[in-house]
Amino acid sequence: MLNISGLENGVVLDHIPAGMSMELYKYLNLDKFDCQVAIIKNAASKKMGKKDIIKISGELDKTNFDAIGFLGKDITVNIISNGRVVEKRSLNLPKTLTNIIKCKNPRCITSVEQELKHVFFLADPEEAVYRCRYCEEKYTK
Amino acid sequence: MLRHLLNPLDFSVAELDKLMDLAVDIENNPDKYAHACDRKTLATCFYEPSTRTRLSFEGAMYHLGGHVLGFSSADSSSAAKGESVADTIRIISCYADICAMRHPKEGAPLVASLHSGIPVINAGDGGHQHPTQTLTDLLTIRSLKGSLNNITIGLCGDLKFGRTVHSLIEALSRYEGIRFILVSPPELRVPEYVLELLNRKHLYYREVQNLEEAMPELDILYMTRVQRERFFNEDDYIRMKDFYILSKQKMELAKKDMLVLHPLPRVNEISVEVDDDPRACYFKQAQYGMYIRMALILTLLGLEVQ
Repeated sequence: MLNISGLENGVVLDHIPAGMSMELYKYLNLDKFDCQVAIIKNAASKKMGKKDIIKISGELDKTNFDAIGFLGKDITVNIISNGRVVEKRSLNLPKTLTNIIKCKNPRCITSVEQELKHVFFLADPEEAVYRCRYCEEKYTK
Repeated sequence: MLRHLLNPLDFSVAELDKLMDLAVDIENNPDKYAHACDRKTLATCFYEPSTRTRLSFEGAMYHLGGHVLGFSSADSSSAAKGESVADTIRIISCYADICAMRHPKEGAPLVASLHSGIPVINAGDGGHQHPTQTLTDLLTIRSLKGSLNNITIGLCGDLKFGRTVHSLIEALSRYEGIRFILVSPPELRVPEYVLELLNRKHLYYREVQNLEEAMPELDILYMTRVQRERFFNEDDYIRMKDFYILSKQKMELAKKDMLVLHPLPRVNEISVEVDDDPRACYFKQAQYGMYIRMALILTLLGLEVQ
């Protein structure tokens, strides 16, 4: 059993689908954080069988929660203060995503105007379909 | 409040009706509107070639007594120097009262509208939308059929890159009793997002490859050109370009009052022998295009003529 000490202050991202933690790490730009970050892969989970967990010793910019909801709506966000969970958040699919994913349509205006923000809107909440605000092309991973 | 036309759905059905009523009044009483846009200027910013759309916008503005400035290709604008759409529209806003923009990149008119001080009209953006062609199509159908409800329309040809098709389907999906017969080769099927819309609204549609089979049930046949400029591969274009050719023989399969529409220009998808058929309405359609653009310019500028 691998032990990672509890957080005094920070954020725990729990119920990440197994194998997705590095993707989340990338989207949240955690490589640019100064604080300690622990990634736990394939932790045992009653609900999911296996899951990933990310512990961040520091504050997470709230705008980045968008990315979390997009990557997996079952991921939970636990805010830790003085060693205790003070807030548990469930995430919904965000209505818009700004500069989190990029449009891949070569005919889209974003393909030639580099300074434009890449904005996607939630076109179909049931199927989690996002479309580019400019060309309406569906985002595919 | 500043209004733009970027998508045919930007106007409600009631607003479209009002716009088409205005276009009909303009058609019937051209003199009444001859000075409606005195001292107003339209900028036509065309980053890719167009004859009909640009000239119909310019003709519309001249018939309203206004002025026109602009460019007809990206090479003759600052885009060739690398200027962004946002900067271009900021400058155009200083010189003109309204702008019609065509751009090969999808979403460019939307970007312009976000930075513009004047109304922006999407005059076609890549394979995405072409709302003023849609307004033209709606006015043509309403004028010649008497209504936009209870119509079976066949859309034929390049349904993948044909932006006029996407816009027209979206616009007609708001009327009652519309049936869509989508005639295309498998490679040029209607994009998924358009089918999603039809499914979401529980509208009747059928995808077929054979035009002859669909002909007898159509009230309207909307032909489209396979557009060379939308293909990245020349071989694909050559393989597709002559997939459908509407001939006199095929017209014999159609109803006596079916209308043939085409956004034009045509290449060879409608044989010239069909031009003399009274059901061929594509040249009349181009004429309606100017009236609806006149109505649109007046509406977006907030001008009323008593």
